[in-house]
Amino acid sequence: MMPPPDQQAIIRLFGVHRRYGALNALTDIGLDIFQNEFVFITGPSGAGKSTLLKLLYLGEPASEGQILVDGLNLARISRKRIPDLRRRFGIIFQNYRLIPTRTVFANVSLVLEAMGQKEHLIRKKVHSVLRTVGLEDRDSALPLTLSGGEQQRVAVARAIVGNPQILLADEPTGSLDPSSAGAIMALLQRYHRRGATVIIATHDHEMIRRTRGRVIRLERGRLAPQPAADTP
Amino acid sequence: MNRPLKRALADIHANGFLNAITVVTIALAILISSAFGLFFINASRLMTLWQQGVRVMVYLQPEFADAAVEDLRSRLEKLPAVGKAVFISKDDGMARLKKQLKHQLSLLSNLKANPLPHAFEVQLRPAVRDWEEVAALAAAIQNLAGVEEVEYGQGWLDRFAAILRLFKLAGFGMCALFFIATVFIVANTTRLVLYSRREEIEIMRLVGASEGFIRMPLYLEGILQGAIGGAAGLAGLLAGHLYLSAQIDPGLLPSRFEVRFFPLALIAAILGGSMLAGWLGSFLSLRQQLKT
Repeated sequence: MMPPPDQQAIIRLFGVHRRYGALNALTDIGLDIFQNEFVFITGPSGAGKSTLLKLLYLGEPASEGQILVDGLNLARISRKRIPDLRRRFGIIFQNYRLIPTRTVFANVSLVLEAMGQKEHLIRKKVHSVLRTVGLEDRDSALPLTLSGGEQQRVAVARAIVGNPQILLADEPTGSLDPSSAGAIMALLQRYHRRGATVIIATHDHEMIRRTRGRVIRLERGRLAPQPAADTP
Repeated sequence: MNRPLKRALADIHANGFLNAITVVTIALAILISSAFGLFFINASRLMTLWQQGVRVMVYLQPEFADAAVEDLRSRLEKLPAVGKAVFISKDDGMARLKKQLKHQLSLLSNLKANPLPHAFEVQLRPAVRDWEEVAALAAAIQNLAGVEEVEYGQGWLDRFAAILRLFKLAGFGMCALFFIATVFIVANTTRLVLYSRREEIEIMRLVGASEGFIRMPLYLEGILQGAIGGAAGLAGLLAGHLYLSAQIDPGLLPSRFEVRFFPLALIAAILGGSMLAGWLGSFLSLRQQLKT
């Protein structure tokens, strides 16, 4: 599915390479992602899906090429502005990456604290987002006491609580049972309907087949010419 | 409560054992170096009191004429450090000696003539506190005509002053050493805390936390460790001071002297120094460990 022609690109990549020594993880990637798009980045393991996501929020720098995110050129961004860039994203990491010593509430509120929001607003927003993901009664639990599906819902809550423009999800359903995976996808779609751009790295073809969105396929670090699945 | 402070307190609570060891070590460092300082301050006050009580004895040459007494008194009293000059004739001197040796008068009975010289007892102005001023005055008096010898107990007081100077130097050395030790201890604690929280810090960065947001609680932790350690060290010193003060026989000390604790300004300065050392330890560790 191609994006509507009148939409503006929120992310643009021009000739992007990422190398680890002699290994080329990404080679000559050029693509535009538009506002309010729902994008799947797919491909086999080691194709460079996670690496591509990391380049977008400067989890890693590109070895070559230019990346623009909402007008910010990542090659020229100062260290001080990196937190600003990252606050434009909500990130759902592979394996959740929750802080095990902090409660569900504290894991989610961390984003708003980092944004410098007032305590009463933080409380209100975190409770609201925990209600959205169905974890309002688990706010004082530690992550390790939760199931995988619940932990992933905490990760989704943390990703969306700051109301970011772009949601990145790295294998968000990879280790979940079908029912939990369906619940997570429903949450991501609901957030997309609120106007956000959603980018999901996944090799779950079944999920791609069931969801309307553009498919970008990577093979050995290069963009494959033909999308694998882009129909609802 | 302010958010970074809340997080710093929560971190201290979470790493209780590590923080307790750091605080105890800082407290010991402060206790030992402050004990030196306290000793030095009290010894200096004692020295000042002794100096204020110092009388300079001016022994005159054997051929000194009685007629020149008033002239010499006048020249002595014109010296800026001199309060009063009292003439003690050789006969008065002998009378004083006999009074002091009243149980051993036989020692003096064989003397055919009075061997004592005429003398002046010079009392100093209260403003004269510096031992070097006393020495300079003695040198000036020594140059006056008719003066044979000037004596002001410089032997033991000079030795005491030298010991005090040595203590002062050792005290400064120890303070510097303990300051550096405190910085390294806090730096090490911060390093261990950072190591145990590296994943958390990485996540904070990825969700958009600024370096200030990440570092501020750790700076506060260092400052709190310094403050608590400093306060504990000073409290220990105060307890020791109160105990030892009660044990000292007041008869051994000059009547106007009492062993005192640090003034409030100095207590604040010691606490400030301890907090500075804590902050510096955190700063150095964070600079090394949290490279972005």
